[in-house]
Amino acid sequence: MYFGLSEEQKSLEENIQRFLSDNASLDIIKAVANGDEDKAKEVHKGIIELGLSGLIVPEEYGGLELNMLFATVVSAALGSGTAPVPFAGSYIMSPMAINLAGNAEQKNNWLPKIAGGEVQVGVGISEYVGAREDAGIEFTNGKVSGRSLFVIDGKGADAYILANKSGELYLIDSNNSGIEVVELTTVDKTRTSIELILNDVDAEFLEGSKDKAIIEKVLDAGRLMLAADTVGAAQVMLDKSVAYSLERKQFGRLIGSFQAVKHMCAEMAADLEPCHSMIWHAAHCQDNVPEEARLMACQTKAHISEVGKQVSKTATEVHGGMGFTDELGLHYWFKRIGLNRQLLGSPELVREEAGKLQGFDQ
Amino acid sequence: MDLEYGPQYDDFRAEVINFVKENENTKLTGPARSESRVAWQQKLIDHGYFARSIPKEYGGYGGDMDIIKLRIIAEEFAKSPIPKPAGGQGIQMLVPTLLSLGTEEQKQKYIKPTLRGEILWCQGYSEPNSGSDLASLQTKAELDGDEWVINGQKIWTSTAHLSQMCFILVRTEPDAPKHQGISYLLMPMDAEGIDRRPIKQMTGDSDFNELFLTDVRIPAENIVGKRGEGWKVANATLGHERGSLADPNVTQNRLNSLIDLMKSETIDGQRVIDKPIFRDRLLSIQGRLMAQQSNALRILSSQINKDQDANLAKSIVKLQGTELRHELEGLAIDAMGELGTLYEDSPHLRDEGAWQMTYMYFLGLIIGGGTNQIQKNIISERALGMPKEPKIQGA
Ligand SMILES: Cc1cc2nc3c(=O)[nH]c(=O)nc-3n(C[C@H](O)[C@H](O)[C@H](O)COP(=O)(O)OP(=O)(O)OC[C@H]3O[C@@H](n4cnc5c(N)ncnc54)[C@H](O)[C@@H]3O)c2cc1C
Ligand SMILES: Cc1cc2nc3c(=O)[nH]c(=O)nc-3n(C[C@H](O)[C@H](O)[C@H](O)COP(=O)(O)OP(=O)(O)OC[C@H]3O[C@@H](n4cnc5c(N)ncnc54)[C@H](O)[C@@H]3O)c2cc1C
Repeated sequence: MYFGLSEEQKSLEENIQRFLSDNASLDIIKAVANGDEDKAKEVHKGIIELGLSGLIVPEEYGGLELNMLFATVVSAALGSGTAPVPFAGSYIMSPMAINLAGNAEQKNNWLPKIAGGEVQVGVGISEYVGAREDAGIEFTNGKVSGRSLFVIDGKGADAYILANKSGELYLIDSNNSGIEVVELTTVDKTRTSIELILNDVDAEFLEGSKDKAIIEKVLDAGRLMLAADTVGAAQVMLDKSVAYSLERKQFGRLIGSFQAVKHMCAEMAADLEPCHSMIWHAAHCQDNVPEEARLMACQTKAHISEVGKQVSKTATEVHGGMGFTDELGLHYWFKRIGLNRQLLGSPELVREEAGKLQGFDQ
Repeated sequence: MDLEYGPQYDDFRAEVINFVKENENTKLTGPARSESRVAWQQKLIDHGYFARSIPKEYGGYGGDMDIIKLRIIAEEFAKSPIPKPAGGQGIQMLVPTLLSLGTEEQKQKYIKPTLRGEILWCQGYSEPNSGSDLASLQTKAELDGDEWVINGQKIWTSTAHLSQMCFILVRTEPDAPKHQGISYLLMPMDAEGIDRRPIKQMTGDSDFNELFLTDVRIPAENIVGKRGEGWKVANATLGHERGSLADPNVTQNRLNSLIDLMKSETIDGQRVIDKPIFRDRLLSIQGRLMAQQSNALRILSSQINKDQDANLAKSIVKLQGTELRHELEGLAIDAMGELGTLYEDSPHLRDEGAWQMTYMYFLGLIIGGGTNQIQKNIISERALGMPKEPKIQGA
């Protein structure tokens, strides 16, 4: 038995963290948050050079063909740096969907380009998870109409993969006519979200997605990426808290010497430490233990969302007034965790799904 | 136990209900101090719905100190969208301080325009190195003829950019023990030597500021209480601040909005409020709020019946109230799901982004006004009589 990351996985994690600390400093994150799209593009280019766009793409299509555990390692590293780049949708969920559900032509058309970082494919499956307002898409005679909210990594994308209510997936070239892109502004300025409004837009069906197992796999993968991102971000918030408590003095002593502050940090650590293992375990199940994979993915997303919420609050408190400032920038991690919590299902919705998986509704 | 306020209050309540009904569509326009806001504030004073027990000569209504009437006013206003009386640190902290400790001239000069919303105040307490340990503050003031000369730095000064005046704590007796060397001064914000730097917050707004004070000269008479008694003066009003940060009546308003929100938001066509898990979270928050409201009644009763002791009940208000508000706003975000993350001017934004804004803001208030860890120290050490943590060597 060996439960943990391999040397290779650890060094990938370190490479990304080093790249981000050199190229995506807090100043750059702030610039991006204030609308500097060029800076975001540079960081994006950098992670493509690191090979992240081809992470899970099969070797025959020019990718690295790495497994889910590698993917979560990468996602956690990106979360720890609040990296202003597309990832979960464009480089995990979409290549996975095309690879599992596309025909030979679709795979040949898209996978090498995704792996090479030439194209970015956004993913819109919110309506499958739980439709808000009257959103949703319909497919008839090769055309899609309707509305898809919160298309992940959809801004500036070359194509979109969208799900209808029953989980069938459609591939749409963003140059097709009839597409209106509405930019959404969320609290998290390190990533972008869009809404698509579609009016009789040409779309390709990903045939394999007739099998519901496909969207479930894509959804699991997406949720694990978000959960990993949260763990990475939350770990940084804890580390920053401990470091701050060893610098800041009040009442003539380090605030880290007050038991109240120590206990806040200890509680964060106690909540968070098992989450690293949970992510690894859940990722491992995706590739190796199919009968546990779905439940693990749901509970991992839900649990880590809760832990993330608590850690992001507590870490802010440890920093006192500084924690509330833009200057310190702790809120970029806070908001990143906040968005991850809601994407692809808030904990309540995901747990509801976990209950159904176990037949509790029967 | 007697919950009835008594029949003598029925007429009064009817009168308030009537006023609220007639004025519930009042819309205030313009920034703070605008004509419509000042006029509204004055109208409330004229009816005795604001500044009720403050003497007429200082611009109040001049009514008797009837806490039950205050409570009825608060209850009826909370039920309606009617604009609430203005708050802010001047009204909540400075006015009560001046009423009990100010000189006659200070009362005459400042209370009326403060109540009318013509003078806004900010609170210059915290410093970069003196937050939780407020009494260690280092900004100093020296008397030079008939003027105080202030030098130092303040931080986290909310609304300093909107304020005409600042009540500020300064060290005037450098040789005295730290709690006895502080004085409480009234500083005009247009005095020379005040350099203000806005601090941007996680919400994106810049509601608070850093103040750099270099040879700021203010009249010697602008001191409240005696030299070296500023800590006592300040503590007289910290309690007011802590109570006002987490007013259960305001939380009740937010709860009402949350219920509306959960009835209108849907998931796959089902109302969020019909989902048992969300409904239960809502009801659990309602239960906590009801407990806080009952606690508020007990505090109220202790103000009327001097033999009742509600010290512990009072000491938990800030801690419990700010945590509850933060969670209430967070539930709204969860209820909206992905839509709950929208902010600023995004399409599909609900209630102008107020839920996210307030969710974050109340995290700020969990920290501001004495952090909730400090609140727990106060509850345990002052209300429960437990000892302070021992001093630690080498920390
Ligand atoms: C079910 C059970 C089984 C046990 N089994 C064993 C056993 O097999 N062998 C054995 O040797 N002992 C055993 N113990 C004893 C146990 O280790 C002690 O009860 C424990 O260490 C606490 O010590 P105490 O009871 O003296 O409480 P105290 O130390 O007096 O603690 C009282 C309270 O003060 C708090 N406290 C104390 N010091 C601090 C501090 N520095 N910081 C913060 N809070 C503090 C504690 O958390 C507690 O809430 C057992 C106890 C229980 C309840
Ligand atoms: C939104 C907001 C508005 C504010 N408005 C104003 C204003 O208008 N005027 C003004 O003067 N100030 C204002 N403040 C400042 C506020 O009062 C301070 O931020 C607060 O008292 C904490 O001080 P600090 O930021 O220096 O944190 P620190 O005191 O450095 O605290 C850091 C951490 O250490 C903990 N800690 C410190 N001492 C102890 C202890 N003895 N025991 C246990 N834990 C401890 C704290 O709880 C906190 O978690 C505002 C703050 C905020 C966030």
